[in-house]
Amino acid sequence: MTARTWAAPVARAIPIPAGAGMARMLVERNARSFKAFWPTIVSGFFEPVFYLFSLGVGLGTVVGDVDVGDGRTVPYAAFVAPALLASSAMNGAVFDTTGNVFFKLKYSRLYDSVLATPLGPRDVAVGEVTWAMVRGTAYSAAFLVVMALAHVVTSWWAVLTLPAAVLVGLAFAGVGMAATTYMRSWQDLDLVQLAVLPMFLFSATFYPLSTYPPSLQWVVQITPLYQGVTLVRDLALGTVGWTTLGNALYLVLLGLLGMGVAARRLERTLLS
Amino acid sequence: MTASAQQLGAESTPAGTRVPTGEVSALPATPRPGALAGRAFVYWLAVYRRVWLGSAISSFLAPLLYLGAMGFGLGTLVNRSGGGIDGVPYAQFVAPGVLAATAMQTAAGESTYMVMGAVKWQRQYHAMLAGPLGPVDLVLGHAAYILVRITLACVAFTLVAAVLGALASPLAVVGLLVAILCGAAHGPVIMAFSARQENDGNFNLLFRFGIIPMFLFAGTFFPVDRLPAWIQPLAWVTPLWNGTTSVRQLTLGVPDWPAIAAHCAYLLAWVAVGLVLAFRSFRARLVT
Repeated sequence: MTARTWAAPVARAIPIPAGAGMARMLVERNARSFKAFWPTIVSGFFEPVFYLFSLGVGLGTVVGDVDVGDGRTVPYAAFVAPALLASSAMNGAVFDTTGNVFFKLKYSRLYDSVLATPLGPRDVAVGEVTWAMVRGTAYSAAFLVVMALAHVVTSWWAVLTLPAAVLVGLAFAGVGMAATTYMRSWQDLDLVQLAVLPMFLFSATFYPLSTYPPSLQWVVQITPLYQGVTLVRDLALGTVGWTTLGNALYLVLLGLLGMGVAARRLERTLLS
Repeated sequence: MTASAQQLGAESTPAGTRVPTGEVSALPATPRPGALAGRAFVYWLAVYRRVWLGSAISSFLAPLLYLGAMGFGLGTLVNRSGGGIDGVPYAQFVAPGVLAATAMQTAAGESTYMVMGAVKWQRQYHAMLAGPLGPVDLVLGHAAYILVRITLACVAFTLVAAVLGALASPLAVVGLLVAILCGAAHGPVIMAFSARQENDGNFNLLFRFGIIPMFLFAGTFFPVDRLPAWIQPLAWVTPLWNGTTSVRQLTLGVPDWPAIAAHCAYLLAWVAVGLVLAFRSFRARLVT
């Protein structure tokens, strides 16, 4: 299993909160529970496809080709598709680790039960983030197939967009999980939209960064979704450079930081 | 919306509690159906006064963000490559689309979880039916409240869009009214659907296969004639396309009045049919 191979080393790498390296048990629990909700989850795959078709085919006719920076222009569909892949990875990860986790934390009290077993708070954080990434990987792989069928990938580097999308999932699942531990009510969850929607719309998703005045560009560039969009887009279009590694590193660090904070918060709120 | 749904679920009546229904509306003193809708309306309004802030992001802020990103951000690309859409600057093209879509999304958002919650979770409908109100009062009162929500969202968006110069003509005032009608066309039919649901699983499907595709394909961001020919008739039958097309003609100041009248008649038909369906489904779920 994916969880078995990487979750334990990752879990050991975060020093402070206690865990038994058994995050995979929580992943398995979620996988079993997932079966009851499959129509909702399977239908989630269609949303980015609708966006791709609408923006790529329909909007593409009014936008025309887009300059991708190195003197090359690509059809709008090829420009926007990687951004949709990254955005959908973000949305899935945030949805999984905010609303769903909040419900388990405050209402179904799942983690109280989990922490009564050998599993520790670190296992909870790593397990939930892993589960969000497993689901996200499935969505991303399906979307990548659609992208390939629609001929919007132009480079063999595009194979790496799948792990790139998984990193986007890691970053946002970590941050989402950490944020959820601070939520007091469902009203607080509305604030999540306040962060996610502007990022979705303004992180150079629908138009290039150069559209912004230079004084604003750095604000866009520090957002995690911009890092994710850039990473996935550069791979899909084959415009890979050393900054690509920087984008990936940013996402990994953010994800690890989020998981660490989440585990500490769970330790304090549920175990003290 | 899922969030508030689960919140309601968490506060729901304990399983097994029986709420008396039916007997009351059969009393001889029952007033004319619909005469007491105002009472249900005032109830929903009172609730909204307590929770409006939480909905401000989806109602007021999200449409403006879409206008900013698409109209002005993406607009720079559209205007550069093709001089806008048929000569219209892209922000002015998108603003009426987002206005009509906001009306639809507000209507859909308010006609789903809240309606099912009032049936199953918090059971306000049962409480109302225990008084002199009947199912027709419930539908009309709740639909009127949803109309208020649509109106607030549309007025707020129109004001800001006007300030940003995204509305080209004073006829946008009429466009605002048509946008509200467009929202109203979606409310009752979705209420009829929601009142019959046992859980919120189908709402995800409604949004993913109904509301979002309409938002994406029924003329909000690009003219429907840019789509493949086979898909265009699907867009034409959606209430959103009828609303968007009319609103756009009005805000651009190029109204084709007979066409707008026809679009509005079509939207009114959705209101009427939706209400009849809602009366039926409320009666079936709550009274019999």
